[in-house]
Amino acid sequence: MRPTPARLLNILVPVKRTIDYAVKIRVNPDQKGVDLNVKHSMNPFDEIAVEEAVRLREKLKDEIKSIKVVTIGPPKSIETLRTALAMGADSAIHVEIPDSAPAPEPLGVAKALRALIEKQKDGVDLVIMGKQAIDDDAGQTGQMLAGLMNWPQATFASKLVVDPATKEANVTQEIDGGLQEVKAKLPLIVTTDLRLNEPRYASLPNIMKAKKKPIEKVSPADLGIDLTPRLETIKVAEPPKRQGGGKVESVDELVAKLKEAGFLSKS
Amino acid sequence: MSAIRLLTRTSLKTAFRTRAMTALNARRSASFYNVDLAGLTEDQAEFREAVREFAQKEVAPRAAEIDKSNNFPSDLWEKMGSMGLLGITCSPDYGGLALGYFNHTLAMEELSRASGSVALSYGAHSNLCVNQIHRWGTDEQKKKYLPDLISGKKVGSLAMSEPGSGSDVVSMKLRADKVDGGYKLTGTKFWITNGPTASTLVVYAKTLPDKGSKGITAFIIERGFEGFSTHQKLDKLGMRGSDTCELVFEDCFVPEENVLGPVNKGAGVLMSGLDLERLVLSGGPLGLMQAAFDYAVEYVHEREQFGVPVGTFQLMQAKIADMYTKTNASRAYVYAVARACDAGKVSRRDCAGAILYSSDRAVEVALEAMQCLGGNGYINDYPTGRILRDSRLYTVGAGTQEIRRMLIGREFNQELLSD
Repeated sequence: MRPTPARLLNILVPVKRTIDYAVKIRVNPDQKGVDLNVKHSMNPFDEIAVEEAVRLREKLKDEIKSIKVVTIGPPKSIETLRTALAMGADSAIHVEIPDSAPAPEPLGVAKALRALIEKQKDGVDLVIMGKQAIDDDAGQTGQMLAGLMNWPQATFASKLVVDPATKEANVTQEIDGGLQEVKAKLPLIVTTDLRLNEPRYASLPNIMKAKKKPIEKVSPADLGIDLTPRLETIKVAEPPKRQGGGKVESVDELVAKLKEAGFLSKS
Repeated sequence: MSAIRLLTRTSLKTAFRTRAMTALNARRSASFYNVDLAGLTEDQAEFREAVREFAQKEVAPRAAEIDKSNNFPSDLWEKMGSMGLLGITCSPDYGGLALGYFNHTLAMEELSRASGSVALSYGAHSNLCVNQIHRWGTDEQKKKYLPDLISGKKVGSLAMSEPGSGSDVVSMKLRADKVDGGYKLTGTKFWITNGPTASTLVVYAKTLPDKGSKGITAFIIERGFEGFSTHQKLDKLGMRGSDTCELVFEDCFVPEENVLGPVNKGAGVLMSGLDLERLVLSGGPLGLMQAAFDYAVEYVHEREQFGVPVGTFQLMQAKIADMYTKTNASRAYVYAVARACDAGKVSRRDCAGAILYSSDRAVEVALEAMQCLGGNGYINDYPTGRILRDSRLYTVGAGTQEIRRMLIGREFNQELLSD
């Protein structure tokens, strides 16, 4: 008996352009931010997300109808979209904000993604995104989006198995105690952790092919959202230099030092 | 994000070396290549970035092992093939990218920065062999040989030098006697890069031994041809891993359809190929200089003596300045020649000049970088020794410095003394 034909899946992968992980970060003299005049590239966790989407297509073939990537950023963010297209995404959406605009916050990004998802004619079945961005390390956007959409979320994924026929996914999550496996119905938000996969580098032929793939430009106003920050950065500083520790000779001395430092009650 | 930073394991025992090496390797992606000075277009910058990432991921970590073992990792050919590196200047009909010589030079530079040996073998395959077949081959020849060469399934090579014919390449003795259905080749070739593993070789032989330069013909040889064999790998000072050997032809039959270009006009095929070969290979010394500089400049800021980083001493600052300016000046010349070639203006004296200048500078920069490392420069755990050994190839490969100088001078003689 033939199973009911699976609905073809549409995947959305939000990506972010961040300072390259190998760059040495320097705090600005005004202590309000860091030097941004350095090499930028795609957030490493987002690379893993794009890679996972491409691998899903390699495994499920025609059952993956489309892989769309989206970014919210200044004009230069288009490079990040090109990289994703070269890795295997089909099309891209650029929510363009001016160079002078402050970096969007997780809640703003989540609202923008919600507006975009609702605009997609074919719908979105699976959102795969990085668990956090390496510039703010917020780790909130995926969870907020799930809340706004009222969709299930499977975060810190180290393994993702999707069954288009039953429209379910099995996700192995990395948690403090080890690994946890959850099953969820699509549509679903998945955030990627480091061990999910190792992203491919785009080959030269694919980079050249990517130039022909469509990039749709959208403005925050088109989506009806306001990206004004709700948080004010008061100060950015380097972590304090590590002080050397001291050695103690006996347990009594250790207890005395702990009491002195206020970690034990003095009674 | 310490999880993300690539920390390579090292077997070195001393605390300083371990700490410095891991710190250096963690920041390996940051190079002092001056992007603003390079004047690359957006497409060229994207191209270069893609090759750089490939080279740093797939080639750089294996460079030391390749040098030590004197073995070229065979899986790299198909990896480079699927990356699209092996047919940069060739038509997409055969799997190529149809880009220019500038792009090819950029690729050569980034691969050389990762490993001099891999880049040399890459250059011999992709420019000497593939590009020559692409420029001079018939449609049948191109269709037969190029797809496998460009995908990396087969390795390519080119042979002109002989034990008795180096600079005087036209004096070559390999004979090609006309027989029924083709030619019979007898003789030897020497210094052949990729010789041990190549399946497709472009070989120059004398079809009219008495006619000097007017009696040379180019042939496409297949490894399986009867009468063709290779002698063992040469044990070279540098470029170890870029397999080099002697080719032996004993009445080797080559069918008529494997003649490359016009019969007896092979000297033209050879010489025109040499100009572009010199240009693309100029990327080799550039990459070596950048690698040497990047390593040395970070080292002298980690290494402390008398309580401060040695890079702050004036004599060390001078070394940094000299290495930096030599690298950038060489690059400016090579890139300028590459742009001119892509614009259709291939100048023999400048192609020779590009590799003449950059190869001399590369040896100097490599020596200086080694000096910057002090005693550590003398240990094979550090890459500067390998970079120096690799750089010495470029002063004799693709023409010696002396020939290049003579050639440029002679070009001016001809220009100014002809009426």
